[in-house]
Amino acid sequence: MTQQATVGELAPAISRQEIRRLQRRNRLENLGRTWYKFSRNPLSIVGAGTVLLVTLLTIFAPWVTPYPEHVRPFTDFPNASLPPSLTYLFGTDEIGRDILSRVIFGYRDAILMGIVVLGIVVPVGVLLGLIAGYYHGTWIDTAIMRITDIFLAVPPLILALAIASVLEPNLFNAMLAVTLMWWPWYTRLVYGLASAMRTEFFVSSAETVGASTFHILVREMLPNMISPLFTKMSLDMGWVIIIGSMLSYVGLGVEPPKPSLGTMVASGAKFLPDQWWISVFPALGIVVIVLGFNLLGDGLRDMFAAEGV
Amino acid sequence: MSEAPLLEIKDLSVEFKIYGGVLKVLDGVNFHVHTGEKVGLVGETGCGKTTTMKSILRILPMPPARIPSGQILFKGQDLLRMKDQQMRKVRGRGISMIFQDPTAALNPVFTIGQQLTPVIQSSLRNEDRPSRAELRQRAIAPLREVALADPERLLRSYPIQLSGGMRQRVCIGMALATNPELLIADEPGTSLDVTIQDQVLRLLHDLVEKKRTSVILITHTLGVVRQMADRVYVMYAGNMVEVAPTRKLFQNPLHPYTQGLMEAVPKLTGGGVAHGIPGRIPDYLNPPTGCRFHTRCPHVMEVCRQQKPPFFKVEEDHQVACFLYEPKEPKR
Amino acid sequence: MSEDILVVRDLKKHFLIGYAGRIRREPITVKAVDGVSFSVRQGETYGLVGESGSGKSTIAYMTVGMYQPTTGSMQFRGQNLFANGFNRPSSLRKEIQIVFQDPGSSLNPRRTIRQILELPLRIHQPEADPLEEVIRLLDMVELPPEYLHKYPQMLSGGEKQIVAVARALATHPSLVILDEPTSALDVSVQGKIINLLLRLQREFQLTYLFITHDLSLMRNVASRVAIMYLGKVCEVAEAAEFFANPQHPYTRMLLSSIPVVSEAEAAARPEKIISTGEIPSPVDLPSGCSFHTRCHRVMDICRHVDPAMVEIAPAHIARCHLFEQPPEILAQYRGELIDLEAVRPAP
Repeated sequence: MTQQATVGELAPAISRQEIRRLQRRNRLENLGRTWYKFSRNPLSIVGAGTVLLVTLLTIFAPWVTPYPEHVRPFTDFPNASLPPSLTYLFGTDEIGRDILSRVIFGYRDAILMGIVVLGIVVPVGVLLGLIAGYYHGTWIDTAIMRITDIFLAVPPLILALAIASVLEPNLFNAMLAVTLMWWPWYTRLVYGLASAMRTEFFVSSAETVGASTFHILVREMLPNMISPLFTKMSLDMGWVIIIGSMLSYVGLGVEPPKPSLGTMVASGAKFLPDQWWISVFPALGIVVIVLGFNLLGDGLRDMFAAEGV
Repeated sequence: MSEAPLLEIKDLSVEFKIYGGVLKVLDGVNFHVHTGEKVGLVGETGCGKTTTMKSILRILPMPPARIPSGQILFKGQDLLRMKDQQMRKVRGRGISMIFQDPTAALNPVFTIGQQLTPVIQSSLRNEDRPSRAELRQRAIAPLREVALADPERLLRSYPIQLSGGMRQRVCIGMALATNPELLIADEPGTSLDVTIQDQVLRLLHDLVEKKRTSVILITHTLGVVRQMADRVYVMYAGNMVEVAPTRKLFQNPLHPYTQGLMEAVPKLTGGGVAHGIPGRIPDYLNPPTGCRFHTRCPHVMEVCRQQKPPFFKVEEDHQVACFLYEPKEPKR
Repeated sequence: MSEDILVVRDLKKHFLIGYAGRIRREPITVKAVDGVSFSVRQGETYGLVGESGSGKSTIAYMTVGMYQPTTGSMQFRGQNLFANGFNRPSSLRKEIQIVFQDPGSSLNPRRTIRQILELPLRIHQPEADPLEEVIRLLDMVELPPEYLHKYPQMLSGGEKQIVAVARALATHPSLVILDEPTSALDVSVQGKIINLLLRLQREFQLTYLFITHDLSLMRNVASRVAIMYLGKVCEVAEAAEFFANPQHPYTRMLLSSIPVVSEAEAAARPEKIISTGEIPSPVDLPSGCSFHTRCHRVMDICRHVDPAMVEIAPAHIARCHLFEQPPEILAQYRGELIDLEAVRPAP
């Protein structure tokens, strides 16, 4: 086949460039429509903005924080327990460390945990759910779903605590614990969607034409699940952060002196109400990021909502 | 019929706000129904017939939808300007509606009885407070009227236990239980099998004759309206384009769209399949100027592109919105 | 005389949907297709008519490989379609394709037209340039290349169905099943699709199995018509004969119930038979002839013995006790035998 600029002799001559141009135009139009749906509710934009801001902060943490050395072993007793001021925007804690810097670095671990946990849980859970749902009614379905049920039967927080307490308290093990208890939720969600979707005509059409099972699961069915999946993932980021904070609050998370929002809230609690800033600002930090993800999730749900008057 | 119509829609326009602009769906719709009349409304998908009906009952989702102009007069009162409380009284008692898909219209988690009794209750006067048992008895009457066997057992059944035809009959029973003056039937037989559709339509016909209920029968199937209606409106892209008594419309369709539709229906007597009407329904974001049908009309003239045709009276009861029928002034 | 491209023999499909009773645990089956035999000639349009529960869609799905039959056989050009169960060989798959009823759900809303049409091409023609083939397919169905990157929601119902037709023809099949291809569409669009299908049939010598409940449409499309009720075939005839001289009571009932738009058509219909009663559930089929509960010509034998298909005129068969049955059928009946001559309907 010679390198042709035009495609097909029988078809009306249309160049490959023209086709690419059409494709670009369609993509832009779709993007515009998607943004319109997302931006209907101003709160969604607030959520998106918050998440974006926090993400940028965590990426550029070493350069953005005023006192990056405070996250390493550091003491400065003359400046301990200072209330919020222009030098220390969130005040200092009982050994003189700047709370603002520690909160920003604390975000790092929180977001990292979210990304790592979801990064494992989502592919594994979704894949299992797709397979179980597509083979609904067979032994494959039974095998996968019964294992899922076992994991779901254990109260999630207890499971996380159990695992984390057996292992050393550090970030890695906290993530491991949360991962192990989280994946079944995605399997459940996708299982329900897949078992309903497998009888749709577009799936039958792919089957009758001879498409591989992989193609049907990943290229035909999965794209139709983007809406509930993305919404859930966005809300889950908030949840993982909370669970991670809870684990560190009870001492099973990140080891000191590394900053973790949960640990900071815990250790600062004993200074309430006089040196309130030691505990309150980290707590607010958690609230802000979780709220941000929740609002973003609402926006995503609106964005993927079916069109139609 | 010189008396005032039971329902009159005057110059109704309805718009929807969406991404990219405003959908001008209804563009000055005029329509009326007299007491005891059965009026058919024929139009294809997207012509605005369901929007028109929802406007009458004011069940359009009002944030995207807007009604910039028009009146809907029911017994002389403008429904669009009524307060919510007054409107609620009209719905169900004055005007009732049957929807296209009876499966979707009935709540699957409640029994028929649980869905029928509130309807009956809403039509009672304040002084009338029947006991539970009495209410159940009253609920049996509508079911008997729609020729459903064993109504007591039906009251205790769930919609899923009934066949499609039975569900549609229950919906008809519910709609007529309050003795409304006007019944709007939106594609009442479309989701049913032909033989069952035939039964249901006959039933509907007999019931409304008996009760002297006025009916607006909405459908995209010409054959149905030929059997059931006294007078027919043909609708295209948010406008009424032709109105005539049923017989006249079928024997002598005047508007090019109506002619196209009649031709497009495959005939039982053979003759092949016509090519249908070329083109698509217009984009409501940017509807065509002038007559909305002109882009697909085989008889299009220059004036059609510029002006919207009003209704021209070809006969006393047969009107067409088409410049082909403009009475010619003698030139000089 | 063209050969038979599809031969169906005593096909049955029973779905097991549960068990009745706590102790005996009798299986409850839906007899969707209950002993169907017919043959389709190369190049013809064979029409299957019936209401819900008739089994016509189930036959379509078995032909294209979505279901496996319970018993019976289906041969395509002499090859057994179900020899390998669900793993139908690719060479056989590409020969038989289907256009589904609902264009809204037969195209994946998350895939572009290009992706939808490329799929069959990538599977069955891996060496060819898919883009070129797709544009050629679009051109064949008179859609411009601008449609390549649109999503199905941006298309009208008619256009979606046209894409479904293009997809079915992508593998150059010989037999195309059309399951109610225009039922979900407006009548003004229907003509375009049907004429497209007829043109493509002439151009590529396709054989169609055309399924619809719209008898007026069938009259103008099919060369032969078979009418089904509750899983069995009731009557088969060449199209003109079928509509001019319907014999089975169900055919006559159905024809007399359809809405028509002209006096001429109304006159062409059989005399009005008011249909009574509901269509029985396929789980609980009536005894004997399954139509007897609604038949206006019902006799006592109909309640006890299922009639066999008999020839009542050249190329015109019907399954009804009104017509002379073979002795082994009559032998099953213990009641009084009626003089059938006396009750046979006038020609």
